[in-house]
Amino acid sequence: MAVGAEVRERYKSDLKPIWCPGCGDYGVLTATFMALGNLGLNPEEVVIVSGIGCSGRFPAFTTAYGFHSLHGRTMPVALGVKAANPNLTVIAVGGDGDTLAIGGNHFMHACRRNINLTYLLLDNNLYALTKGQASPTTLPWQTTDSTPYGGYENYVEPCALAILYGATFVAREFSARARKLAEVIAQAIQHPGFALVHILSPCVTFFDTYDLYKQKVKELPPDYDPTDMNRAIQFATDIETRWVGVLYRTVKPTFEERVQAIREKAKQRYQGVTLQDMLNRRRV
Amino acid sequence: MPVNEFVVRVGGDTLEGGIIRTGEFLAHALARCGLEVFTFRTYPAEIKGGQAMIQVRTSERPIYSHGDEVDILICFDEEAWEIHRHEFNPYGVLIYDSKFEPKNVPGTATTYGLPFSEIAKVKLRNPLSKNMVILGAFSALFGLPKEVFEQLIRDYWGRRGEKVVSANITALNEGFEEARKLEKRDPYRVEVRPMRDRIILSGNEAICYGAIAAGCKVFAGYPITPASDILEWMMEHLPHFDGTPLQVEDEIAAIGAVLGASFAGAKAMTATSGPGFSLMTEFLGHAAMAEIPCVIADIQRAGPSTGMPTKSEQSDLYQAVFGGHGDVPRIVLAPSTVQGCFYVTVHAFNLAELCQLPVIILSDQSLAHRTETIEPIDLSKIIVIDREVYDPVVHGGDGYRRYLLTETGVSPMSVPGKPGSYTAEGLEHDEFGHPNWDQENHMTMTEKRFRKLELALRYDEYYPGFQGYRWYGPRQADVGVIAWGSTAGAVREAVELAEREGISVAVLHVSMLYPLNKEVVCRFINSMKQVLLPELNYTGQFAHLIRGETGLDVVSYTKVTGVPFKVREILEAIKELAHEAALAR
Repeated sequence: MAVGAEVRERYKSDLKPIWCPGCGDYGVLTATFMALGNLGLNPEEVVIVSGIGCSGRFPAFTTAYGFHSLHGRTMPVALGVKAANPNLTVIAVGGDGDTLAIGGNHFMHACRRNINLTYLLLDNNLYALTKGQASPTTLPWQTTDSTPYGGYENYVEPCALAILYGATFVAREFSARARKLAEVIAQAIQHPGFALVHILSPCVTFFDTYDLYKQKVKELPPDYDPTDMNRAIQFATDIETRWVGVLYRTVKPTFEERVQAIREKAKQRYQGVTLQDMLNRRRV
Repeated sequence: MPVNEFVVRVGGDTLEGGIIRTGEFLAHALARCGLEVFTFRTYPAEIKGGQAMIQVRTSERPIYSHGDEVDILICFDEEAWEIHRHEFNPYGVLIYDSKFEPKNVPGTATTYGLPFSEIAKVKLRNPLSKNMVILGAFSALFGLPKEVFEQLIRDYWGRRGEKVVSANITALNEGFEEARKLEKRDPYRVEVRPMRDRIILSGNEAICYGAIAAGCKVFAGYPITPASDILEWMMEHLPHFDGTPLQVEDEIAAIGAVLGASFAGAKAMTATSGPGFSLMTEFLGHAAMAEIPCVIADIQRAGPSTGMPTKSEQSDLYQAVFGGHGDVPRIVLAPSTVQGCFYVTVHAFNLAELCQLPVIILSDQSLAHRTETIEPIDLSKIIVIDREVYDPVVHGGDGYRRYLLTETGVSPMSVPGKPGSYTAEGLEHDEFGHPNWDQENHMTMTEKRFRKLELALRYDEYYPGFQGYRWYGPRQADVGVIAWGSTAGAVREAVELAEREGISVAVLHVSMLYPLNKEVVCRFINSMKQVLLPELNYTGQFAHLIRGETGLDVVSYTKVTGVPFKVREILEAIKELAHEAALAR
């Protein structure tokens, strides 16, 4: 997928990605550049927060501000960034292990908080940076270096979880469809609230799913209504067909709006009281 | 000294209610009589029920510890007497609810049995008014003017309406009249002195005020005893100071959010206790590696594991100084007084910003929940330091180096939204923040990060008057005492008593535990014949740190009972060392 030289110039850093040739993450990076370019966002006003894993290296390959945090901890860091400056565009990037195993707890709370940010879940169905162990999205029949006799735990469906946890925008795409992916990422960035983009991003080295997903991936039917939560969960959990597109969307107050409302309430309660006033009131 | 110089303790089952409030009212009333007060409390870990107590020490002079013996003991029930009689001054006063008869009271003590429960239940038909009945009796017995309590009742309940106020005043009067019938047989008295200009704060409140004064804009926390009241205060007040308080899903999220916020340009802190601090350890290392300023207040409780959540200990020092994988530079500060909690928090933020390092405040349960009368705080005298912000015009615009190698180790930090984008990197990196594992680079960058500790030791150049190391007493002495954290108060009083007994003794009060100013500590230890280091942990954690850093020995004196040192305990230890010093002469 070719990206305009102008967009590449603006968002691509000098650092050469360390991903294996053919890795799905290249597609996500390209699609992200395109989405940022289409929205005309200034890289200095964008913060990309990542965890650990192949996806963790994502921010450094862009000219945006980046925060390469700890394994599983993208969500708390992204929350802090937004708490400090709600005007920034925040994109969090996490892998399947990052998001659903070590960071599973944070994922739940990020969804229910409805923070206005975009979460790119780069799902390659295993731990690739540590060279091929099973993750929560490892497929039932798949064997890995840590599950040589096959998996013995059930597959976790991130889109369905996100919907139930309270995310207000849930989409799925395939990294090989960069142009479509760019469109979905742009929609996610523009969505006011927590937006999850579940990206099927194959690992060519340890578990190549390109052919599998080429067969399984299907665009949502034209009459699909993304505001219908029950239908969204039904489509999200369909393992035989991997439906791509915007699975679910709704509008709820964002975390930032709720914080603002609290500030107004607090200011009403403590009209103009300064810290010095408060200290003085503690006089015996 | 029975006039204006005593310790009162109130004890009973929390099911009865009002125990802590009785003590708080008493403390406030004594402060309004122109006296200094210092309270200390313990409470049960149970949700309802269990014995609680509050102790109020008063004096005309500054107070540094909660007092060894209870001069006036007020017991709501028999169990309270059984618990507290071991710390009861045999020449003191026992006031008890006459629904029970206390056993084994020393013959030298004065006892007053009064039917508090009966008055409250039968006569006033309001069992919860018992605490006001007790305060009325206290007023009659010890001459604390009743009007002082009446005014307090008005100040406290005025907003709830005249009915509530008058019900409480009626209860106060009942207790007063009942106690007036008694014949006064003890020497304790309150004499009103001219009002002093004082404020009353708890240690945890002082941390909150200090944080706002230093410019804290984001707070993230998770409920944990004994730090939850900091979270609650921040949830209430940070929003009207244009900040954002976050109650998050766990302590990992708390420190993660703090680092995200600080990276985005806001001063941020979290507060926790041992178990939560353990969870934060990985991010602590990240803060050091990515060079993100942050403040962590650890309100220590007895550990390990869940330990004793409502009891006090100074046993997180190893964790604060050494916690984390890899070589992690950090700054560790410890307040010793309520006033110290305020200023140490200001210094913590300043040091975090100045050095772009994580700063840990080590408070503890006893300090967190005690109240003290302190001199009013004038915010106009506070110096607030902000991080050095990257400016392309000043620093040169071509290729921002977030981790620029400088003499101090501190590199100008850019703010998202403005020029100077980079990736805050937890991997080892070069000056640009690009991942790099060259042999030379790891050495160079580690040295850079640790160089900032030298800057921390020169903090007094940025904040004149800051004393991380305070030397009290002679330059040379038989016994030196190194004190840190809440133990410093008892040390100070013990040393005064030892001096009065003719012992040559000096104190080094350390509030910057790490980095350690080796020069000062070595000079102190070398100037003393013997050096005592009392601390509330089992392994002698600060003693270990000092031995390791200086190669000099100290006598470690430790205790883990969940309660602070008594002055007498430290005095005895000083005497013992003084004796040894004399023998060696």
